[in-house]
Amino acid sequence: MITLTINAQPYRVEAEPDTPLLFVLRDSLGLTGTKYGCGIGQCGACTVLLDGQAARSCQIPLESVGDQAVTTIEAIEQDPVGARVVAAWVGIEVPQCGYCQSGQVLAATSLLKQTPKPSEDDIAGAMTNLCRCGTYNAIAAAVRQAAA
Amino acid sequence: MNDLSPLRAGGHDREPVRNLSRRGFLGAASGALLLGVGLRLEPAVAQTRAEGPAAVAPKPGTRVAAFLEIRPDNSVRLLSPFVEGGQGINTGLAQTIGEELDLDPARFAVECAPPGPDYAVVNGLRMTGGSFSTRSSFEAMRRLGATAREMLLRAAAAKLAVPQASLTTEDGRVIHAGSGRALGYGELAAAALALQPRDDVPLKAAKDFRWIGKPVARLDMRDKSTGRAVYSIDIRIDGMLHAAVRHAPHLGTEPEAIANEAEVRALPGVQSIHRLPGAVAVVADTWWRARKGADALAVTWTKPAPEGVDTVSAGFSSAAMLAALKDSTAPGIPAEQEGDPDSAFAKATKVVEAEYDAPYLAHAQLEPPSAVARFAADGSLDLWLPNQMPELFQQVAAKVAGLQPDDVRIHSPMLGGFFGRHFYYGPASPFPQAILLAKATGRPVRVLWSREEEFGMDAVRPLSFARFKAALGPDGLPVALQTTAVGEGPIGRWFGALFKSPVDSSVVEGLDKKPYAIPNRRLDYVKVPHPVTIAFWRSVGHSMNDYFYESFLDEVAQAGGKDPFDLRMALLTDSARHRTLLQTVADLAGGWRRGPFTAEDGTRRARGVSMASPFGSETATIAEVSLKDGEARVHDLWIAIDPGSVVNPGIVKRQVEGAAALGLSSTLLEQVVYEGGQRQARNFDAYPILDRERMPRVHVAIVESGAPMGGIGEPGLPGVPPAVVNAVAALTGSRPRSLPLSKARLSGA
Repeated sequence: MITLTINAQPYRVEAEPDTPLLFVLRDSLGLTGTKYGCGIGQCGACTVLLDGQAARSCQIPLESVGDQAVTTIEAIEQDPVGARVVAAWVGIEVPQCGYCQSGQVLAATSLLKQTPKPSEDDIAGAMTNLCRCGTYNAIAAAVRQAAA
Repeated sequence: MNDLSPLRAGGHDREPVRNLSRRGFLGAASGALLLGVGLRLEPAVAQTRAEGPAAVAPKPGTRVAAFLEIRPDNSVRLLSPFVEGGQGINTGLAQTIGEELDLDPARFAVECAPPGPDYAVVNGLRMTGGSFSTRSSFEAMRRLGATAREMLLRAAAAKLAVPQASLTTEDGRVIHAGSGRALGYGELAAAALALQPRDDVPLKAAKDFRWIGKPVARLDMRDKSTGRAVYSIDIRIDGMLHAAVRHAPHLGTEPEAIANEAEVRALPGVQSIHRLPGAVAVVADTWWRARKGADALAVTWTKPAPEGVDTVSAGFSSAAMLAALKDSTAPGIPAEQEGDPDSAFAKATKVVEAEYDAPYLAHAQLEPPSAVARFAADGSLDLWLPNQMPELFQQVAAKVAGLQPDDVRIHSPMLGGFFGRHFYYGPASPFPQAILLAKATGRPVRVLWSREEEFGMDAVRPLSFARFKAALGPDGLPVALQTTAVGEGPIGRWFGALFKSPVDSSVVEGLDKKPYAIPNRRLDYVKVPHPVTIAFWRSVGHSMNDYFYESFLDEVAQAGGKDPFDLRMALLTDSARHRTLLQTVADLAGGWRRGPFTAEDGTRRARGVSMASPFGSETATIAEVSLKDGEARVHDLWIAIDPGSVVNPGIVKRQVEGAAALGLSSTLLEQVVYEGGQRQARNFDAYPILDRERMPRVHVAIVESGAPMGGIGEPGLPGVPPAVVNAVAALTGSRPRSLPLSKARLSGA
């Protein structure tokens, strides 16, 4: 039994220690806003925050989470930066199919928490999640708006 | 070990088929679609049925109660004929119906309707594809809204005991101005929906539109920005088991033996191990445990044929398949003919010839495919699955489950991207596995394919090949064009029994029906089947054919000493619509110039231009490109699109931009490569797709010419590959005739 702190709530999880955090969130805890896309850390659909920093949860074994605070899309609006990011995403109408957008919102929140006024290079460096619908320009516009 | 008998997709049952009486582009297609899954139904029989007992079936799109549930708070739940997968159809429908119903689109909650004859609004058929949704249903959905509004007015007139003509509506309320009384739609709904709909309700004049034609906010933005949107992969059912699947390394081979079955069954959480057609499955209490089990299975498989391209043999490769297409000497079937090409070639001043090819492509939608199957106590089946055609999946699922179609309830959640992925493609669809496993275990089962299995089993855009030969006159203008398209397309593969035409439209579209005034033309189709599972892929035949044709047209311009933009304009003498569009894209780009030229940032750049006529719309595209580290860097795409008229210009622009991104991705990066009968790339590390760094600025101009409404979801794509490649040719002095560009290192001329 492993105890996790997710969205400021304690959870007790019964799973093998090497189980990726992604599948603990989705299948054991029913937090399905975090998405499975590739399972190898390439696409970023599974992005969560660990102590405020973006991390690809498909690459994080349960045993390595420790006492780091996990934040998922379900609670992102409880963070003031996350709430601004969501407002920008809605206002600019970023999503198309929407499947990658949980991860995009988390990546943007992480960026703006570390770097409140990001340069274009900062945005390019942090917003590396894939989007098959091609919403990249809208994503960048929303990050700029949330930073303003 | 549970041995599940192989599926028999064929059969000769005569299933009830509804609503085959309507004609039109796909009028005969409903029968064909069913034939595609092995049902046999002669058109004459269909006709008899439609005019006989089936004639009582409702005319699709007319029965208000099948579409609208008006709630007490005056909001509406709309059961949509279409599935939302990012294209914005839910919002477009809310605008269209809300306009005539007089209800703010923001008050609509839209979900995909279950199977049923009411929803066959695409020329008598139901599907989400072919960029058909809005253009096929626009009139019917307006009429539905207007009819519902009239019923609400009639119900209000009875309730208030006033003449109906004295009533008006205002955003969800019926108003009696004379007495100042008002009734919400919600209060009237029960009485209104019990009334007989009228079929002669007038529609609004376009000048009075409040929402149609406006960039109304999309309905799904908040849910999709907060993780609340529910996709098939998110469906959770009480008591559900999870299955992970491993498919045969060669399509068409079967599991023979499993060496370590007992060990795998002893792994934590594993419930059972199953053989499926062409696959093995591990069922467990969580998907990760199932997957670890599936990965651990030591399976031996039956042997594929040693060589050849008739099957996915041990020696099959995409290179061998391309060679087979190139080597084909079979005579072509004429797909388009005009004038007298033979004598034009005999008199030509100059003849230009070239061959083009484009690879197999994966859909690579970010949601891996899944399906949940649950049998009820009475033996009926619930199925949650990504799909673009509920009735077709219902038919196939019924055959797999051994049920009648009416005993299968299809649930169609929102799609995490589709791009053509979610039609029925035989072994590329996971839901038959879910049905078999639910049956075998007696529990609800979710099958989820890992990304690796999806790259292995996805149905692919066909690898394609075309030959061109043009005759030029003394003025340098083309006087004749001979084109041969070689291969096989998804229409022929999946719907061939329906379309009796020997020419597969999905192989030749984009090579035919071009707007250019070339007086002598011949387009031939040569069928060479692929052994792999082929699919519709966003813009289908246009996804490669416009690249072939519009690149070759630049070769013709060069041979005749013409500027490529000027040549196109000269060849558009017969079409003011196309000339306007071409000029619009040039204006959008600040004027046409081919280059190479030096940009303000010092980079050496060039521009390419192209035109396309996909899915009832027209596009003109300009790309500005430089070279960096041997790669093409696309800085700007300017796209002018004329879909006749639009419902939501905001959504149209984003769809065009998204389609352009996919077109650019295919131009620069993508190819599914087979070697030794196996697909080489099994994840995004080996199958790169367009990332943010490679995304250009995209500038979209909408031209509403008033022509019949065309499609939107796909038409932004086909112009991009040729515009980019034409710019690359201007930069490098050599012409890439094979995609993707990443196969070769590019260098400046």
